[in-house]
Formats: sequence, structure tokens, C-alpha cells
Amino acid sequence: MPTSDPAIQLDHVSRHYAMGETSVRAVNEVSLTVAANEFLALLGTSGSGKSTLLNLIAGLDRPTSGSIHAFGRNIASLSSLALARYRCNTIGMIFQSFNLLPRMTLEENLELPLRLAEVDRSERPARVREALERVRLTHRLGHRPTELSGGEQQRVAIARALVNRPKILLADEPTGNLDSATGEAILTLLRELQSQLGMTIVMVTHERPLAEDFADRLATLGDGKLLSTAPAKGIPQ
Amino acid sequence: MKPHDLTDLAFRNLRESILRNVLTTLGVAVGVASFVAIISIGVGLQQLASRRLSESGLFDTIFVTPKTNFRGMNRPRPEPGTDVPPRPLDEDARKEFEKLPNVLEVYPQIRFFTEVRFNNKPFGTVVAGMPDSSRNSGAFDGMQGRFFASASANEAILQIEFAKELSDKPASLIGQDLVLRYAERQPLPASTSGSGASADSAGASGGFSIVPRELHLKIVGVVETEPATGYGGYGNARLLIPLDTASALRAAQVNDLRDIVSDTPSNKTTYGSLSVRAKSPSLVQPIEDAIKKMGFRAFSLFDASKSLRIFFTVFDLLVGIFGSLALAIATLGIVNTLVMAILERRREIGVLKALGASDADVQQLFFVEAGVIGLFGGIIGVVFGWLFARAITFGTNAYLLRQNLNPIQLTSVPWLLALAALLLAVVVSLAAGLYPASRAAKLNPVDALRYE
Repeated sequence: MPTSDPAIQLDHVSRHYAMGETSVRAVNEVSLTVAANEFLALLGTSGSGKSTLLNLIAGLDRPTSGSIHAFGRNIASLSSLALARYRCNTIGMIFQSFNLLPRMTLEENLELPLRLAEVDRSERPARVREALERVRLTHRLGHRPTELSGGEQQRVAIARALVNRPKILLADEPTGNLDSATGEAILTLLRELQSQLGMTIVMVTHERPLAEDFADRLATLGDGKLLSTAPAKGIPQ
Repeated sequence: MKPHDLTDLAFRNLRESILRNVLTTLGVAVGVASFVAIISIGVGLQQLASRRLSESGLFDTIFVTPKTNFRGMNRPRPEPGTDVPPRPLDEDARKEFEKLPNVLEVYPQIRFFTEVRFNNKPFGTVVAGMPDSSRNSGAFDGMQGRFFASASANEAILQIEFAKELSDKPASLIGQDLVLRYAERQPLPASTSGSGASADSAGASGGFSIVPRELHLKIVGVVETEPATGYGGYGNARLLIPLDTASALRAAQVNDLRDIVSDTPSNKTTYGSLSVRAKSPSLVQPIEDAIKKMGFRAFSLFDASKSLRIFFTVFDLLVGIFGSLALAIATLGIVNTLVMAILERRREIGVLKALGASDADVQQLFFVEAGVIGLFGGIIGVVFGWLFARAITFGTNAYLLRQNLNPIQLTSVPWLLALAALLLAVVVSLAAGLYPASRAAKLNPVDALRYE
């Protein structure tokens, strides 16, 4: 166990869904600790429960049982409003399909989390620019997502996830829609940002080689259960 | 989210599906327009009626008589418990009435039955003195000829029925002379004090003699109906003369006989009755109460105007219910539009929630969108409703003019109605947004993000 306060601590977390008469155990009694500034990859086949687990950590879903502590706070017991605040201030999220709002420019997309966090209007342009600088897309400020390549869109999504300076970045198959070279570039960027900003990253992926190369540790899930955790080859820090 | 961010996002969302939202807004506008137009007819009719009534002097006038007066058929009994000592209705009292707040004017009632000679033929009729303010009463609106040139002109206006008695062609009477024969009171020589130039002086302690007199009057107009200048007259007056002219006649009136025996201790000019006009019918009650407290008998037709207002309130309510039907249909349009928007923006709602939007944020966003549709629909609706009301008045007047009738202001859109319609549009739209907004707020973000 790491000596410092863990970023995320899952304790016997289960998430069951009712499917007619039967109950599906999407996540079943998972206990896992993610240290601060760690890059953890959640691996597993489709339906293994890795995305469900990520949604639970993100506060988008609530566990049926067990507790989820993020920096010492049990998010399973938070009110709906407090959970929204947690998502807004502590969590940054990126998705396989980027989930940028196509009708908005990059600037507007990046401003959205700042609006939700009620960041002062005068402060926003600098924050947007800073986040876009980190992903090296400042020159595309006024463009719409559809005018960008897949890799660029994912970089914008990362910038949007970073704009509120979260402590935890959750990535759901971030390379799933990208070719391998672009995927690698994205993960390199994530790694770089992690060392710059000091974030904890939890990434769901089914691409073991990529995870081996970029993550600190791999956690493998199967049928909702945590099968194993092992240190990755990692890249020298 | 802060309010300006909410409205910002709401406007942006509305702009995205511009056609659908414009159509929905127009739906609201049509609903509001029909509401405004229908109500405006109700308000217009009410204003028409109450203007006619208030101009007639029936509802803004308080009829004051001394408490010692005998009780006639239509005089109310004095209220029990009001034991203010009676006072003579004299010049002092008149001046006090004039000083009361919201009193427009105070004038004596001069009405007497007498004989008129026209073409050397006698005609019996009631003569009434008209205050100059009656010039603005609706009754003289469509008159033939003109109103009195001055408050003391030797001129007469005939009531149409009386004019018909005088001539087959009433209009031809204008410009002709007639002779008014009347009985002038002359104080007996014994009492000289207090018999100034004023009208109803009955002298102080003595009596008066009656002397027949004649006055030549020029007919200047013929009027359809008699404008009411108060109550307590002796039937409808059919010959109208200026009030000052009437006062100067010192014609004997019925109450003179009562005054002579009542032994009024005052040696000032006393009046049989005074009409006190308030600035508006709604101001009548306090003035009436104040006069009663001074020790006079006072009454008004205020209660009648109150029931008239109740009638119109109910009328407006019924009309409003019909007018709201279109608005109710427009409401369904808003619900439909916003429910469609939820389906379309399902994924977007999921993203918003993943980025940290609370249920309340999402709910408020949809709420504001509904409110904006309502506000714009309301504004456009009020403008269209006003135009529509104008068109109704225009059309009605075009028809009335073709029928040789005077144009009227059939519809009216007062500020209050415009404001109320706007408010109603917003409130109704917000109510319509209630269900879609709560549905959007309850959307599970995990499901919403998975939705393609």
C-alpha cells in the first residue's frame, strides 16, 4: 500500500443491473487502490465491467454496494449535487468517441466546463488558451470539431478535460477510434501532461500493448471481477 | 451555472434548431395574439360603457341635500347611528365641498317646470341648468348645432322629443328664438340681507313674492338624450340652458316653499340640493362619506357602477377563457418541441453531466429555453394582438360609417393587458417546460453517453 493518501480507493465495489427477473453483476466486489499520480490501465474484454467501473469512479453512476473514496471522500454517499461538483472539479473525462459538441467551436467546447464550474468570465479566455496550448491546438480555437482530424479531436477532448485542472483524469478507450500512430501520440501526450500537472490517470483500454508501454500498472477485469493487478513495463520517469 | 451562462446556452440551443423553435414561438404568438385581441374587445366594450356612464355624470356625481329635507320617493333613509347635527346647505357648505380632495366641481341643481312660448304657442316643459362641464358628456357628442357659447349665454338646447313638438323639422329650429316664461322669486322688502345675486336665496326670515318674467332664448342645438346632471329632478328636462343663466333667473323651485317654512336660522344663500362631481367614479365613496360626516345627506350611484364593474370582470373572465384556448394549444407545441429536443440532445445532456452539470443545471437550461420561447412568443403575440384589435376596430368603424353611425373605439389594449398577456405567455411556457425539463434532468448520463 502506498504510504501517501491514495487518489482512489475502491472497497468491495459492486454494481448490479436488473435485467427482467435476473440481476447482472457488471462489477462484482472489486477492491482496488490507485495511488496519487499513478497511471492505471484497466484492461479486459468487452463486457468485463471496466467501463462500468470507470463510470463509478467518475461519479456518473453509483455502486450497488461498497465504497469509492476519492482523495479520502466517499463519493458513493454524496448527494446528486455534490456528485456533480465532484465531476466538475475533481474529474476530467475523455471518451472513445471524443464527445465534443459539434455545433460549438473549440473555444466554446472548452468553455463549457468553466461555465459549469462557475469560473469568472474574465478568467475563461486565458484558461481555454492555456488548455489548448497544452495540446498544441491554439491555432484551431475558432474551428468546429468536425473540421478536425480524429487525433486532433481527441486532443481537444483532453484539453476540455484539463481546463478545470482536475486531479483525476479518466479515459474511456481514448485510442479506440484512432489509428495506432495517432493513438500512441495521444498516450504520449497524456503521459507528458501527467508529469507536468501531477494527475492520477485511470484509462480503460483493451489494447494491452499500449497499456504496457504507457501505464504504470495494469488491472485486468473479467466478468466484473478484478482478476489481477501487475506493474506495467512503464516508461522511465 | 450562473444565470448569464444559462441564458447564453439556452439561446444557443434555440438557434440550433431555428426553424422548429421559430414555429413553436409563432404558435405561442398566435395564442397570445388571439388572447389579446379577444380580451381587447371586452376591455374596449367596458371602457365604452363606463366612459359613457361617467361622462353622463351619473356615476361620478354625489347628490347632496340638507338633512332637514323631506324624504322623497327615491331618497334613502338616513343611516342609523350617524348623529351628526344637520347643517344648512348654504354657500359655506358649498365652499367646503369644493375644498374636499378630488372634487371637480360643485353646482346647484336648477330644474323647474315652466312654460315656453314658440310661435306664440305655449308648451309646458322642465327646464334644467347645465354646468359647463357637461359639454364633455357623451350626450352632446352627436348633437345637432352646438353647445352653449358661454356659461351665461341666453341660449337653449332642446331635447329632440321636445323639438319635435315645436316643429316637424327639429333641425330647422336652430337659430330661432323662443320665449321662456318663468316665475321669479323676489324677496319681500322686509328682508334685504342675504339676497345677493345668488340663485336660490329665499331670504333670511321673511318670505318672497313671485313675479312672472320672460326671457328670450336662442336655440343653438338639438340633443338626442338629456345628459344627467344629478338626481332628484322632476322628470326629464327637455329644455337645457346654461347653469349661470338659469341661476340668474332666480326661478322659483319646489323646495323654496319648504325652505320658507323650515325656519332656517341662516341668513346666507341656501340650496335645495348641490351636485358634487368627483374626478372619477372610483373617488366618489370617500367624498360621499366626508359630506355625510359634515351633516348632510348625500348619495350616489356608486354601487350601481360597482355592479357594472363586477359584470365586466365576469365578462372578461369568460372571454379570457375562450381566448386562452389558443394559448393552451400553443402550450402543447412547446411541450412537443422540448421533448423532441431532449431526444435530439440526449448525448449532449450526457456530456454536460459528465462535465459536471447537475440535474438542476440541465433542468434550468430547458426551463430557460421554454421561458425564452414564451417571452418572444409573448412579445410577438402582444404586437400582433394589438394590430388585430386595431383591425377589428377599423373594420367595425368602416361598417358603422356605412350605416351612418358614429365610429366607436370597440377594442382597447391597455398596458396592463399587454403586460398580463406577456406574463401569461411566459408562465404558461414555463409550465409547459416543466415536464420536459424534469425528464431531461433525470436522464441517466451513462445511458445518454452510450446513445448514438
